[in-house]
Parts: sequence; C-alpha cells; structure tokens
Amino acid sequence: MIPELGHFSLILALLLALTQSILPLAGAARNIPSWIAVARPAARAQFLFVAIAFGCLAYSFLVNDFSVLNVAQHSFSRLPAVYRFTATWGSHEGSLLLWTFILALWTMAVTLFSRHLPDDMVARVIGVMGLVSCGFLLFMLTTSNPFLRLLPAAMDGSDLNPMLQDPGMVAHPPILYMGYVGFSVAFAFAIAALISGKLDASWARWSRPWTTAAWVFMTLGIMMGSWWAYYELGWGGWWFWDPTENASLMPWLVGTALIHSLAVTEKRGSFKAWTVFLAIAAFSLSLLGTFLVRSGVLSSVHAFATDPARGLFILGFLAVVIGGSLLLFALRASQVGLGGRFALVSRESFLMVNNILLLTATGSVLLGTLYPLFLDALGLGKISVGAPYFNTVFVPLITPLLFLVGVGPLARWKQANVPELAARLKWGLAASVVVALLLPLTLGAWKPMVSLGYLLALWIVVTVAVSVQGRLRAGAGWSANFYGMNFAHLGVAVTVIGVTMVSAYETERNVRMNEGDTITLQDYTFLFKGTTNLDGPNYKAARGTLEVSRNGQPVTTLYPEKRTYTASGMPFTESAINYGFTRDLYTALGEPLDGGAWSVRLFHKPFVVWIWMGAVLMALGGLLAITDRRYRTASRRKGTEE
Amino acid sequence: MKRFLIPLAIFLVLVGFLGIGLKLDPHEVPSPLIGRPAPDFKLALLSDPAKQLSPADLRGKVWLLNVWASWCSSCREEHEVLLELSRQGGVPIYGMDYKDQPAAAQVVLERFGNPYAETVVDLDGRAGINYGVYGVPETYLIDRSGVIRYKFTGPLTRESFDKKIAPLAKELQK
Repeated sequence: MIPELGHFSLILALLLALTQSILPLAGAARNIPSWIAVARPAARAQFLFVAIAFGCLAYSFLVNDFSVLNVAQHSFSRLPAVYRFTATWGSHEGSLLLWTFILALWTMAVTLFSRHLPDDMVARVIGVMGLVSCGFLLFMLTTSNPFLRLLPAAMDGSDLNPMLQDPGMVAHPPILYMGYVGFSVAFAFAIAALISGKLDASWARWSRPWTTAAWVFMTLGIMMGSWWAYYELGWGGWWFWDPTENASLMPWLVGTALIHSLAVTEKRGSFKAWTVFLAIAAFSLSLLGTFLVRSGVLSSVHAFATDPARGLFILGFLAVVIGGSLLLFALRASQVGLGGRFALVSRESFLMVNNILLLTATGSVLLGTLYPLFLDALGLGKISVGAPYFNTVFVPLITPLLFLVGVGPLARWKQANVPELAARLKWGLAASVVVALLLPLTLGAWKPMVSLGYLLALWIVVTVAVSVQGRLRAGAGWSANFYGMNFAHLGVAVTVIGVTMVSAYETERNVRMNEGDTITLQDYTFLFKGTTNLDGPNYKAARGTLEVSRNGQPVTTLYPEKRTYTASGMPFTESAINYGFTRDLYTALGEPLDGGAWSVRLFHKPFVVWIWMGAVLMALGGLLAITDRRYRTASRRKGTEE
Repeated sequence: MKRFLIPLAIFLVLVGFLGIGLKLDPHEVPSPLIGRPAPDFKLALLSDPAKQLSPADLRGKVWLLNVWASWCSSCREEHEVLLELSRQGGVPIYGMDYKDQPAAAQVVLERFGNPYAETVVDLDGRAGINYGVYGVPETYLIDRSGVIRYKFTGPLTRESFDKKIAPLAKELQK
C-alpha cells in the first residue's frame, strides 16, 4: 500500500509541477495576476507530495519491505537502521527521488523568502524551477520508478554496497545535492531576467544569497566526498579526478566564478552577460554531471547501473533545458545592457580575469573528462585521461588565481590605485617570499612546488590581514559580507597548505608483517600484533591491531579491518586512521599472506586534514556573508557601494 | 549577438558526442593480442589435477578459450549458450577457471552442465593476466597455429557468436 501511495504522490507531484510551470510563466508573459498567483501554492503542494513520496520510499526501506524492487536490490535485513534509511538514495531511482525532493525544497524556500520580490519575477523563477521538476518527475515515472514491486517478494535483500555503509555516505549525497540543485535557483533567476529583459543591480542582490547558499552546500558536499574517499577507499588518496568527482568540481568552479561575478553586477552593474551565462553554466554542469554518472557514457568507479533508455531521456532533457537556455541567452543577452566602465587595472578587471581563469579551468576539466568519449566516438581508439593531465593543466591555472585572491579585494573599483597597492603590500609580499623559500628547508628537502604553495597561501593571509587592518583603521563597522569573504579566502589558503604539504611530504610503506614485527615511518613505530576474527551485524571481519609509538611513548592503537559482507560476499578494507592537526597516520590491511602474515599499508600524511578544514572555513565564510543585512532589507533599493 | 551564440554551438556539438557515446561501451577495451600467438600456460585440469594442458597441445585445432569462474554471475548468463554450442559441435570450447576454488567450479559444472572439452584451473590468475583478462567472462578464438584471432568480452550471446565468431571460425577451419 505504502509504495503505491508513494507512486501516486509522484504522479500528483508531476501534475502540480506542470501547473506550477505553465500557469505562472504564461501569466507573467500575459500579465494575468490570477495565473501568476498560482506559483506559490502550486510549488508548496508539489513539495508536499514529493515529500510524501520520499517518505514512503524511506519507510519501505526502514521496515525491510522486500516486495519493493528497489529495497530488495539495495538493502538487507541485517543492515543497521541508519543505513537502511540512507539506502533510500543509494540507488539510481532513489537518488533521483532525493534530487527531486531537494529541488522541491529549494522551490519551497523560494516561495517563503521572496516577499520583497516583484510578483512576475517570482512567478518566472518558480515556473522555471517547476519545469526542471517536471523533467525529473517524468524521468522517474517513465524510466526509473523507485516504487516498482517485486512479486513474489524476495526473502532478503542484496545489501547496500559496503562502500555506502558509512557515516560519510549518510551526509555526503544530501549535502552535495543541496548544492547541485541549489544552483537551479540562480539559473531560474537568470532565465527570468532574460525573459523579462530586466537585469539590474537589484536582480543581482536578490540572486546572491541563494547562489552563495548553494555554493556553501556544494563546497561542503565536495569536501565530504573527498574525505570519505580518503578514509573509505583504503588508499589514502583524497582526489582522483574520477569523472564523478569532476562532475561535482565543475559546477563548483563555475559557481565560484558566479558568486564573484554577481558581486560585480550588484555593485557596479557590470558583467551582466557574464553573470547570466555563469548562472546558466553552473546549473547546466550540474545537470550534465547527473547525466554523466547515470548514462554509461563514461566508466567511473562511481557510476550507477546503466540503461540506454535512461541515458537517452536525460540527454533529451539536457538538450531541451540547456540548449533552450543557451538559445535564450544568445537571443537576449545583448539586451541586458552594459554596466559601468572600468580601467585596465581595477577590481573589475581582476574579477574578469578571475572569471576567465575559473572558466578555463572548468573547460580543461570538462575536456579531460570527456576526451576518452570524444576519441572513442571518432573511432580513434580507447584511452583514459587521469591525474597527470589534470594536474598539469589545473595547477598553472590556479596559481595566478590564488595571486588574485590576495590582491583583488584590495583593489579599488573602477580604477585601482597601483602605487597605493604596492605600498601596502610590498612588505607582506617580501615576508611571504622569504618564509616560503626558507620553510621547506626546515622540513627536509627544498622543493620548488612547496615554496610556491606556501608563497600563495602566505600571500593570501598577508593580504587578508592588510585588508582587515585597513578597514579597522578607517573605522568602518561590522560587515558580514566583508568578513565572510576574507574568512573564506583564508580557507582557500588553508587548503592550499594542506595540498602542498601532503603532496610533497607524504611517505608510505607497503610491507609484509608477521605478528610481532615492527616498522618505522618518520619517527613513528608500528608494532603489528596479528589479527583476530570478529562478526559484525552484516559482515565478518579480520581485525588487525597496530600499536603505534613515538620515541618509546605510546601514541595510539589502530584497528584496520578486512571485512567480507554476508549478503554480497564482497571483500572490503576498513582503514584505521589516527587523525592529527599536523599529520594523519593511515593504516590499512592488504591481503592475508601465508603463515598468518599480512601485507600492511602504512602512510604518514602531513597536514592532510588542512585540505578539508580549509573547505569548511570557505563554507563558513560563505555562510557568514549570506547573513549580511543588505539581503534582508525589504525595500527595493538599488545596490550601494561597499 | 554572434559571440553569444558560441556557448550554444559548443553545447550542440557536445550533445552530439554524448549521443554517440550512449551507443558505445567504455568498458570494451580492444585486445592488443589479436593476431599474436596465444600466451603459453601449463595448467592442471579441473577433472584430473594430475594431468595438465597447454595451448601447444591444441595446435592444429580451431578452438575457443572461455575464461569463467563459479563466483561470476554473468558467466551463468552465457552458460546456456556455451552448452548449445558444445552440443552443436562446431568449435570445441576449453574453459579456464579463473581465480576460483576448484571445488566450487566442479559444483557449477555438475549442476548446470559442462560445455567444455576440458577446463584448466588458473588459481592465482597469472595465466589470465598474460591473456589480458580484466573481467570475467571473456572468450578467445584461437586458430590452428595458436594465434589469437578474436576476443569477446562479457557474457557470450547466441547473436554475438553467430555474427562475430562463427564466420571467422569457419574461415579458419578451412
């Protein structure tokens, strides 16, 4: 009964989404207030029914209803309750329902927080989001129904992929989707602006908090994915340039460009065409990412099971949504108007270079991700593109970008005062250079990339300090926007340090260990005390014991495991990590060897946690910026100079 | 106006490629061993561990090498097809039990039927690696002089055999 209720709710949601799109959009075009007024109630009702559907699926998982095909394929009776819940989105169909639910959630938020916006704009924004909802609901109902029955019901399920049975997986998909889907709001605002032809500073001021919020979620989502891969996959890597990872990085890069471009449009009225384009591009990349991981077009460790019918549907959907918006852009962009002029060296020009660098970086990642497909489609053979390409292309683009992160906020709008900038920054720059050159020497070998990384990170710290000091001296009051920005930029510096340190100085040992063997890594000693067998709720495991000490003082005991999951028979590595502010000690069991010995992997990873800490700081900075009072004022004043 | 059309143009080209991509399989990697001699092995028979088989023993014959395992669910899919082919008696099929437990393999053959003239046991997968096996099942067509002529990845279907392997086998058997 419950699954049928869920199915029926989806159908109702689709009908409501159609209403939510057609009437308000037509009403805004023809100026019919009663049709425009349908937007909010229709969106709220759609949210209600999507929520009911989601609840029905989650319920089916929680009560182990194996007569539902999705539950039988992705759950297991002895799966702990929390993972039975997260299994709701552990499949293609379930994750689509999550996507749709989160889209309905964002739409609901727009209905609640848009009192101060003109009605026809709200109607268009909600209408466009409704069209996207229609697409996803139709997709589910025609090709990917999560409520299909399995009759007769299975005795038990095939189990959730062990990789997903993990706290990280509880949070990572919903948070990441909040980001992906959140860009649909900026997208809808952009489309609304193109349709109405009205794009002014107040449009930018309205779009900013929504876009920054989506960006914050995206940052956290990617950070969680990276951290999860690190501790779960057993190899200690934190970024693999896998197509799915790239699918999340690309909207993030464009989203970063977008939040900066919106700032310019709000404050100076410039970059309108850029901002609209970036808003369309960010969401388009979100949709493209959704396509890439479900269509079987690329091979990836992350991909869902594939089906040509599904691939075709999404491709068609992509063509309509993205093609349609880019067509609208081509036709209307010239009418949105130009903003204020600016000099060759000014905050605007720095942000323009910022836009270009981020867009180029996105383009390179996209090219690398799709290159194997391009070659195969042209019959030119099968290749794979991996870290060497991406690192070679990405790093030289990020380097000037990081330099701009420092100098950009200090440059004046319209015309930068270069002598003044030089005077304020010369000592900071000198200090950064000296420290950056000398620091690697204290860590061992001098490596140029380490110096570069430190130079850029210290440059950002120094410029933030100069900027904050300048503001305090001028007596200006609290500004959430200003401090949020600087906090986020500091987060970037922290991540850069983490990446630099771990890439240059991590060490690894991959050895055969018998019970009683010890091995040293940096100044840590690892004593292997053999393995014991234990039973988990839905797995059997061999648990190793490693006693870690340093200079004779015990540090910790680590218990890496090798698990075999009962339902699927899949073997699995659970790494054991001793987290630290300045280093992680990472251990994992390899294979059992003859004579009771095991191959053991040991890593010393300096500063690796800084990578994710920096991302959290970036997200917090963004969150702080959203709280700025300017976004909460109900009046429709024009954007003011910062 | 013209430059604003560029994103749309790029996107349409992209959609074209993605459309073509839907028809391709990124997992299908062409084997570099086609046209090269089949790598040698000397492995024990599943039916009689005291005896061994190597590709050299099969010189003069056109035969199929089918890499399979008891733990491989896709192999179950092609099992019927292999049984049918073995009954027809066109090309003999020799099995390579890859990274498996011989006892489990025996059970599969007893339960579902044995399409193989003989099965060799590749316990640690070393022979498989030489053949470039990266998934199970895989099927190789080898000619009279021991040269690999074709590799099929994935479960063999009647259709793919008739279309891709049968004509080539007939040619080689002349």
